[in-house]
Amino acid sequence: MKKKFTLNKLIVYVLLSVAAVISLLPLYWVFSTSLQLKSFQDEELERPTSYVNANPPKMYPMGISEYFEHWGKARDAEKAGDVEQEAYHRDLMSLIVKDTFSGFTSLFSKNQMGWWFFNSLYIGIVVTVGILLLDSMAGYVLAKKRFPGRNLIFWLIISTMMIPSQVTLVPMFIMIRDLGLMDTHWALILPDLSMVFGVFLMRQFMLSIPDELIEAAKIDGASEWRTYWSIVLPLARPGLAALGIFTFMNVWNSFLWPIIVLNSAKLYTLPVGLKTLQDANLADFKLLMSGAAIAAIPMIIVFIIFQRHFVKGLTLGGVKE
Amino acid sequence: MELSGRLKNAGKSLKSTGRLMRKNYAAYLFLLPKLILFTLFIAVPVVWAFALSFQEYRIMDANEWVWLDNYKQVFESEAFKKALLNTTIYTVVTVPFNVITALIAATLIHSLGKFAQNFFRAAFYLPTVTSMVIIAMVWRWMYNYEFGLFNHVLGWFGLEQINWLGQTNSALWAIIIMQMLIPFGVGIILYMASMSSISDSLYEAATIDGANAFQKWLKITVPMLTPSTVYLTLLSTIGSFQVFTQIILMTGGGPGYATETLVHLIYKTGFRDFEFGLAAAQSVVLFFIIFVISVVQYKVLNRKG
Repeated sequence: MKKKFTLNKLIVYVLLSVAAVISLLPLYWVFSTSLQLKSFQDEELERPTSYVNANPPKMYPMGISEYFEHWGKARDAEKAGDVEQEAYHRDLMSLIVKDTFSGFTSLFSKNQMGWWFFNSLYIGIVVTVGILLLDSMAGYVLAKKRFPGRNLIFWLIISTMMIPSQVTLVPMFIMIRDLGLMDTHWALILPDLSMVFGVFLMRQFMLSIPDELIEAAKIDGASEWRTYWSIVLPLARPGLAALGIFTFMNVWNSFLWPIIVLNSAKLYTLPVGLKTLQDANLADFKLLMSGAAIAAIPMIIVFIIFQRHFVKGLTLGGVKE
Repeated sequence: MELSGRLKNAGKSLKSTGRLMRKNYAAYLFLLPKLILFTLFIAVPVVWAFALSFQEYRIMDANEWVWLDNYKQVFESEAFKKALLNTTIYTVVTVPFNVITALIAATLIHSLGKFAQNFFRAAFYLPTVTSMVIIAMVWRWMYNYEFGLFNHVLGWFGLEQINWLGQTNSALWAIIIMQMLIPFGVGIILYMASMSSISDSLYEAATIDGANAFQKWLKITVPMLTPSTVYLTLLSTIGSFQVFTQIILMTGGGPGYATETLVHLIYKTGFRDFEFGLAAAQSVVLFFIIFVISVVQYKVLNRKG
């Protein structure tokens, strides 16, 4: 009995591990290719000019093994007192380091990666803060106040959640153009701020805040704004955290609308920048993967830090009601 | 007599509504900013899209009302038929596969200890937080004919190399396989959360009745998870009908129309050819397709449970 139990467990671990490797392999491949040696040439050893387009593919950045090989040779040369050989290997070592990170350096020097990153970051933050404020305000009154038109407004907002966002692409394009906002960041921020999912999420969350607390604040003479700001908002913190993370993630990754309204390279967000990068360098996979790596790292960090909130946010929006 | 009484009542209720509105003016102020944005950037564009779908868009003159001409053109176009077919095949294959594998993965992970649970959950959710732009770019590289990882792996088994994205008969399947191999992270997390809320007493009762682990899973776990299954199936079907990013970055809808999808076609019609009326009609059709499928799925799946 005991033995069977452990065997079952082993099978489960093996299955899940294989699946996890499949799951993470593409991300690994992004980082591996981004750091792969590309134009490094070791004439002495007659090695290929590029490990990126090697056949068979190299499974890890070859700079690592090349670096240690030359490091060892440089040390041997040092011991043997061969100054010329030592300098040769030391030169190669610095070449290897340079070549390993050449994708990243050329993204920042020859392309405008710095701007793309900055734009994505600040638009993400502006939209997230805005959404948290607007949606918690709206969600609060929709959950806790009784006033004429409340249900109508709520259902109006909810019913549009069913409509795929592509439906509004063309009218929105005409509108943004006629407002003179084409190729500006307003064209991204304003439509993003009007997303309604957060209103629904915040309302559901606020329903669970006890009425007595709000009543008590009122009796103490707190204004509506004060009640909202210092009673309701702190209580809604878990909901706000979940909504904030998902909003930031959506904005950071948003793609279809930005490629329609942005034309100037300096104004691109990361996904738009990556697309134009690919259009211009179809076969330079080291460069492309370096860009992809830079875009992936922030979300990976956010996810690792806030993992708990991701789980919470998904279950808030999903299972309950 | 009766009429005047009714009028009086109506007047009274109007007055009290007015009073309620005045008393709650703060509530309206709280709602106002969101409501303005909602009206400008969602409500108006939605109505406008429907109107545009019956018009031919002119830059200089007023638009001409062509009524159903756009829709006729949509349904007669080869590109649209191909896009609809491709999107449907893509959805029919990937959605059930992803939902079922998510359920199996969640079941397996759920049986493990806390540390292993966190590890695998993170491993399967990480690709979901990574932008599809990144995923599509790296898969295009892995599918590369000469130097790609996959053709190399095929070589291990002595198989011939495939021009994955470059051939009419394999391109759509390359996109489908990719979608199947990206774990359905949302599904796994939701299923795991729902599983932990199933009461232990159900399983204990089944154990007393002599049920084995698989029977318990099939007769208790799966039925108890029906609400999650319905939600996840709807969610991924809706998402699947909007597939776009992979297409524009990996194949551009080609070769020919081999990987054309609905949203990519809308994008091309609207923002490459600038046929706004036609693009609006296509997007309204997309909306109705998604709407009908959602309603049907909701009804069918709920009845089963």
